[in-house]
Amino acid sequence: MIKILLLLVFVMVLAVPFYNRLTPALFGFPFFYWFQIALVPVASLLIYIVYRVEHGGEK
Amino acid sequence: MAYPAATLVFLALIAVVIVLGFTAARWNAGNLEHIEEWGLGGRRFGTWVSWFLIGGDAYTAYTFIAIPALMFGAGAVGFFALPYTVLIYPILYLVFPKLWKVAHKYGYITGPEFVRGRYGNKHLALAIGLTGIFATMPYIALQLIGMQTVIGALGIPGHVPLILAFTVLAAFTYTSGLRAPAMIAIVKDLLIYLTVIVAVIVIPAELGGFGAVFAKIAPAKLLLAAPPAGSTGAYSGYATLALGSAMALFLYPHTTTGILSSSGPQVIRRNAVLLPAYSIMLGLLALVGYMAVASGVKDMPQFAAGFKQYGTSFAVPALVLEAFPGWFAGVAFGAIAIGALVPAAIMAIASANIFTRDIYSQFMPGSVASGEAKVAKLFSLVMVAGALVFILVIPTTYAVQLQLLGGMWIIQTFPAIVFSVFTRFFNGWALLAGWAVGIISATWLVALNHFAGSIWAFHVLGFTLPSYIALATVLLNAVVAAVLSLPMNAFCSDRAGDETRAEDYV
Repeated sequence: MIKILLLLVFVMVLAVPFYNRLTPALFGFPFFYWFQIALVPVASLLIYIVYRVEHGGEK
Repeated sequence: MAYPAATLVFLALIAVVIVLGFTAARWNAGNLEHIEEWGLGGRRFGTWVSWFLIGGDAYTAYTFIAIPALMFGAGAVGFFALPYTVLIYPILYLVFPKLWKVAHKYGYITGPEFVRGRYGNKHLALAIGLTGIFATMPYIALQLIGMQTVIGALGIPGHVPLILAFTVLAAFTYTSGLRAPAMIAIVKDLLIYLTVIVAVIVIPAELGGFGAVFAKIAPAKLLLAAPPAGSTGAYSGYATLALGSAMALFLYPHTTTGILSSSGPQVIRRNAVLLPAYSIMLGLLALVGYMAVASGVKDMPQFAAGFKQYGTSFAVPALVLEAFPGWFAGVAFGAIAIGALVPAAIMAIASANIFTRDIYSQFMPGSVASGEAKVAKLFSLVMVAGALVFILVIPTTYAVQLQLLGGMWIIQTFPAIVFSVFTRFFNGWALLAGWAVGIISATWLVALNHFAGSIWAFHVLGFTLPSYIALATVLLNAVVAAVLSLPMNAFCSDRAGDETRAEDYV
């Protein structure tokens, strides 16, 4: 059931009303932009966790 | 030569890539007279080669020009490329290791072939295969346009350079098969990463930092417009565009080929973790569109002719020429041009695989398996030549419109390919009916938009739900397929036609 993390990726990425805002800004990037860029490593990490749990021991 | 240093570096990079393309035939040599070797690299690319190959395949030169151009012209909505290219990875992880296993066991080299094996229905496979080929042709043409834009930016006039580039492309695709783009993708991606990293460090520094870049963007373009009452407005437009594009991406023949050429399911899973690095790069590259706005290239007299000819697509090349020394502009343009050759080659190969396995061998009497590779090689030439004719004869706007339409079409293969990896509930003929409904409704809605917009405002129970047409129509497609499958399974089941077994999908 660890696959639920993949669903989380969809929820975060499609939560457009949540991230369609300018503040808080980071390094000059409005929220809309840095948040979506930050989602990329988060998604990658979640997929990695699912991979490790399901298939980590295989070659 | 308007830009001698840039032009020389550019030509030198292209020359290196041509040599690589022809020597690739000897890399991990296999018998190139066999279609699994020519068209799928013998299914032996490991994690890193696959990373470069799938990355080089999915993030094309057209993307590198078009996404910043969209940001440059339309603002925040262009950033949908980022959520889009995040969502492709959970899909890659869930679906494609399973598809790889069954494809490997039964020797399938294309998506439609899997569908034929699953349903024993060569007409359904034909529909899926033709969809792939028709969606791919304008896509190759757009790669040429990406290349043409940088060649034009260097001040080299006329169609001759483009024709030369594509003759070379056709030649090394013919001789080396998938090994050529796999090898070139490594060079291409290193150049692209180098260019993007330098661009996001150097250009904002010249312009006074990222804060100053964003400050130059009109406030109305910096965010999506808040939806009016009773409508989900730009929010659902943005979300459905991202989701629909993500569902479609790996159904294109060239991306399926990239995935099936890997050496196993674990390679695919690891790449679902590692490939998002490209999405960060794409996000930064999208912001180069804003840097082009902030730099004011649009109003510089030396670029007026370029903008007039290429429109917003000229934003990135103009910024590159303005912000970088000549030799590095050459590197950047080389990266974009090579970035066109890699996916174009894979697209030609993938279409050729489909033509050979799903059309020629199924519908032409007297075809023999030993002639497969020859047929595929010849058809790859047809694809490249067709795309070139496309560019030379048909106005650019039509290629863009057809590519838009191609995205709407290719997603209609989602139920037949993706659902079939998880269930045999559907009936093959029901899937074919769903596909037809999807193709017709999508084409019709795009026509109502005058082939210019991909969003349609649906009115449901008093609410307005703007949606990416591809997503709405594939939903309809799936509903039709499911509803028809119920009676068809009861009265004329095609389950006996399934040559695969339940344990293949565990």
